[in-house]
Amino acid sequence: MEINAGDTAWVLVSAALVFLMTPGLAFFYGGMVRVKSVLNMMMMSAITIAVVTILWVVVGYSLTFGGGDFGHLIGDFSVAGLKDLMSPDAVTGAEGNQIPTLTFVAFQLMFAIITPALISGAIADRANFRGWIAFVVGWTCLVYFPVAHSVWFLNDGDGGWIGDKLKAIDFAGGTAVHVNAGAAALALALVLGRRIGWRKDPMRPHSLPLVLLGAGLLWFGWFGFNAGSALSAGTTAAVAFMNTQIATAAAVIGWLIVERIRNGKATTLGLASGAVAGLVAITPSCASVTPVGAIFLGLLAGAICCFAVSLKYKLGYDDSLDVVGVHLVGGLFGSLAIGFLASDAAPTGVNGLFYGGGVDQLWRQAVASVAVAVYSFTVAFLLAKLIDVTIGFRVKEDDEVTGVDQVEHAETAYELLTSGLRGAVQRPELNAQSGKPAQTTETTEKEGANA
Amino acid sequence: MKLVTAVVKPHKLDDVRSALETFGVTGMTVSEASGYGRQKGHTEVYRGAEYEVDLVPKVRLEIVVEDGDADDVVTLLVKAAQTGRIGDGKVWVVPVETIVRVRTGERDADAL
Repeated sequence: MEINAGDTAWVLVSAALVFLMTPGLAFFYGGMVRVKSVLNMMMMSAITIAVVTILWVVVGYSLTFGGGDFGHLIGDFSVAGLKDLMSPDAVTGAEGNQIPTLTFVAFQLMFAIITPALISGAIADRANFRGWIAFVVGWTCLVYFPVAHSVWFLNDGDGGWIGDKLKAIDFAGGTAVHVNAGAAALALALVLGRRIGWRKDPMRPHSLPLVLLGAGLLWFGWFGFNAGSALSAGTTAAVAFMNTQIATAAAVIGWLIVERIRNGKATTLGLASGAVAGLVAITPSCASVTPVGAIFLGLLAGAICCFAVSLKYKLGYDDSLDVVGVHLVGGLFGSLAIGFLASDAAPTGVNGLFYGGGVDQLWRQAVASVAVAVYSFTVAFLLAKLIDVTIGFRVKEDDEVTGVDQVEHAETAYELLTSGLRGAVQRPELNAQSGKPAQTTETTEKEGANA
Repeated sequence: MKLVTAVVKPHKLDDVRSALETFGVTGMTVSEASGYGRQKGHTEVYRGAEYEVDLVPKVRLEIVVEDGDADDVVTLLVKAAQTGRIGDGKVWVVPVETIVRVRTGERDADAL
């Protein structure tokens, strides 16, 4: 059992890169909502880091990759708790490229975290926090673990049904992450319903610089997501890395061209959205297309998603931050594009329709994408309904108007009025009860000076 | 006493201030305001969704002056704030019954 130090280092670094995507997503989503719900929006991403980490250790890794297999759909509890994986003998990967299994556990954990976090964009401004946590726990166990097992648990043709039986290609998560999250997002938008004032009140992004910061962090972290999925620091990782960069750049251009023609101006939100659309679309296909193929794939992904985000106004569902338009549509497009644009010159060694491979790979991609979308949508819809009728999933009307930050978290993101115009004073009796030192005098003096 | 209220373009604030200071006005209250007249606003687009932004940012100045100075102040103010393009704003004058300086209790002209 020879551990490959280079491969191990790359996958550990990639795990940290993928981790950073979730805080990045919090900024990306947080900037797009209104001032009164930015904290709740960021909290919905951040809490998945905590909740899914525990789930992953206790049962999640074992159910997804633990070695057992039930019906090619889900694993077993054989390595629940991860204790046995501390052994030096617990390694993963082909001979010569072996890494400690815990490295793989860490890397995959970050995927399990960001996938439910992506869904939260559909229900901005109106979800209660405990409903969201219940949804994250339920959806991760009932949908993410079995889908990730089906797509990525390979066992010489006897593993998960999508990756090992159907042989659909999903290098880094086009179906398991993006179609999966996008379909669930559509279900949540339908169950929770439209925000008060949707299509009537202005719901402009409150901070585009935050959106751009988030998009930048996502782009950066995505190199770990895609190139790290090679699980080895070699040619496949290099191809995935470059294709990720190429397709994302092309998608920015694709989105902005459509915007410029349709609305007259190229926007910063369009640039950020185009980048994410490109990243989503290249995720399943980054080891299957040529660099020039990645340019076409990216251009089309950006243009298609730019049109797709307007669908909600025609169809009447309030997918607040366009999780459906970007992740479901982008993920479907990226997965299907493998069927057209795959070249056997790339590491996965498959030809798509345009490279003389016929429709063989295309139908495999289509079956995988549709199956994941239908399963995720159905379970998410039922789960959200169940939460809604039991503990409640949507805040009260008054509270939604006031803002979920205040109501759900007892905080507001910004001090927008200076010189104490909000009339906020510290209450010493509360501080005394919680055992914190009271600092009332100091605060009063300071506020007095500002006034 | 007259209260002169002016709503003008934000970038003209400094010109108006120096013109009035030269004339001898000793104080004013300035606040940020937004509104519209004939100018209306502009359109913003976020992911294809268009928003009409009708309220345009302005500054509002409030100046209390002696009766005899009101006309001169208004004339100076209008001259300083004018760009000749749409959206230059409005100025209006209303009578003030009394005015008190909080620190000393002085009233009317002494309080200016």
